[in-house]
Amino acid sequence: MLELRNISWSTPDGVPILRDLSLTIENTGLSVITGPNGGGKTTLAKVIAGLITPDKGTIMLDGEDITGLDVTQRAKRGISYAFQQPVRFKGLTVKDLLSLGSGKDLSDGEVCALLAKVGLCGRDYKDREVNASLSGGEIKRIEIASVLARPSRLVIFDEPEAGIDLWSFTGLIAAFEEMKREKKASQIIISHQERILDVADRIIVVENGSVAKDGSRDEILPSLVSIPSCPMRMREEERL
Amino acid sequence: MSERDELLELISSWDEIKKEGCAHNIRENGKSIERMSSEHIKIEPKADGSGLDIHIAPGTRGEKVAIPACVTAADINDLVYNDFYVGEDADVRIIAGCGIHVNNGEEARHSGIHRFFMGRNSKAVYEEKHIGKGGTHDTRRVIDPVTEVYMQEGSSLEMDTSQLGGVDSTKRVTKAELAAGARLVIKEHLLTTGNEKACTEFEVTLSGDDSAVDLVSRSVARDSSYQEYKSTITGNARCTGHSECDAIITGGGKVNASPALYAACEDASLIHEAAIGKIAGEQIMKLRTFGLSEEEAEAKIIEGFLK
Repeated sequence: MLELRNISWSTPDGVPILRDLSLTIENTGLSVITGPNGGGKTTLAKVIAGLITPDKGTIMLDGEDITGLDVTQRAKRGISYAFQQPVRFKGLTVKDLLSLGSGKDLSDGEVCALLAKVGLCGRDYKDREVNASLSGGEIKRIEIASVLARPSRLVIFDEPEAGIDLWSFTGLIAAFEEMKREKKASQIIISHQERILDVADRIIVVENGSVAKDGSRDEILPSLVSIPSCPMRMREEERL
Repeated sequence: MSERDELLELISSWDEIKKEGCAHNIRENGKSIERMSSEHIKIEPKADGSGLDIHIAPGTRGEKVAIPACVTAADINDLVYNDFYVGEDADVRIIAGCGIHVNNGEEARHSGIHRFFMGRNSKAVYEEKHIGKGGTHDTRRVIDPVTEVYMQEGSSLEMDTSQLGGVDSTKRVTKAELAAGARLVIKEHLLTTGNEKACTEFEVTLSGDDSAVDLVSRSVARDSSYQEYKSTITGNARCTGHSECDAIITGGGKVNASPALYAACEDASLIHEAAIGKIAGEQIMKLRTFGLSEEEAEAKIIEGFLK
């Protein structure tokens, strides 16, 4: 179980982003964190993964205080994080990246199986460099595959839908649902996407740096229409 | 394993070459110590003894020739001239390179001047590795290779060269002249550490219509090492030229890059890209989310970059 107790964090120039936020995530299940842009969702994800150290508060993982642990140490405890803006590497191939994610040298077959989950053909992509030649959608899918490659107990996906086309989206949802069925890890997905909200067990609304609503999907989903959303994103959602 | 065998294995995967029985020449401390020609590839010493002439018969396909050199004694100053004549329509792989092994406080030098005469529609892959082994301080291992390439119509050459540490000082000069339809691909990988110094210069002249060059240099300068990169691509015809110089600096490493393009024909299309900087923090962070330490992440990024 992951427990965030009274977490606060401000930007280096003093703008408060997370304000006394408390949250508990169980060992299984799919929780979607949603809410208006700028509300603190990505910061929250980074605080859990260890990319940001909170100014105040405590983070507990299965009873262990992990607040002082760095990114590497948290990864070794099974926390995985899929970046909202994936990182590019000159020279590293898709197969290299997925192998690094899984912690072992993956076979071509294993690479293809992972890429299939995100709607990419392994033969076309496994030897490509994870560099600027990949489109935004391609690199986003590879980012997600790199996290699916990891044996995890808690996986955080930061806006996984961005850049994913309609055809691949169904595959992506299937991958989230499969992970949910396997019950090996708990998933936290930061998203505004209705189809992701639809498969959530729990929906947490983060607004102004704290939890505004938290409950089961059936409980929270009907109330979400009132959240102001970016017009561009609404258009994107309509397309999907 | 002797120092020579170790160097040969590192430069040219020598075991594999030996098993295949392809044409080869081994040079050690300034002298040829083993030589074998094949039916289609003749290796002959130059009349003045300054090096080798390697004749690859027209139409030779799928064969290899390897001419590694090594220096395993101090105070050697080895200078060699090797000329490759690649016959029309041939398609071959050429393996060269040099390894120097000296102890602390010792000095040795190797300068290999290689010329390639690529016949019409011939094709070759040229692999060249340079390494230094042995002492770790007060050594002076110097390798100064010169590569000249003359490419006739429709010929194609892919050069894959690397020097991944251990060479205290190097000046690498590559010159090429391309006729119509000729294609040259150069991939260079350089790593310098400690106080090593590496200068690399490319001068490519595209003289024939539809000739093309793609020159990619990737380098890592660590510690107090210094690198200089100079390239000039001249387009005298309807041609395409692309050069890319990417360097990662870590510690106190320094890189001085001066790429140049000269279009002397309005149909010449020339592009240069250059990027020098330290490893991006987000790259390290991404690999740390896989459980790698900062040092492990940096090593993996550099390994991939120089692959």
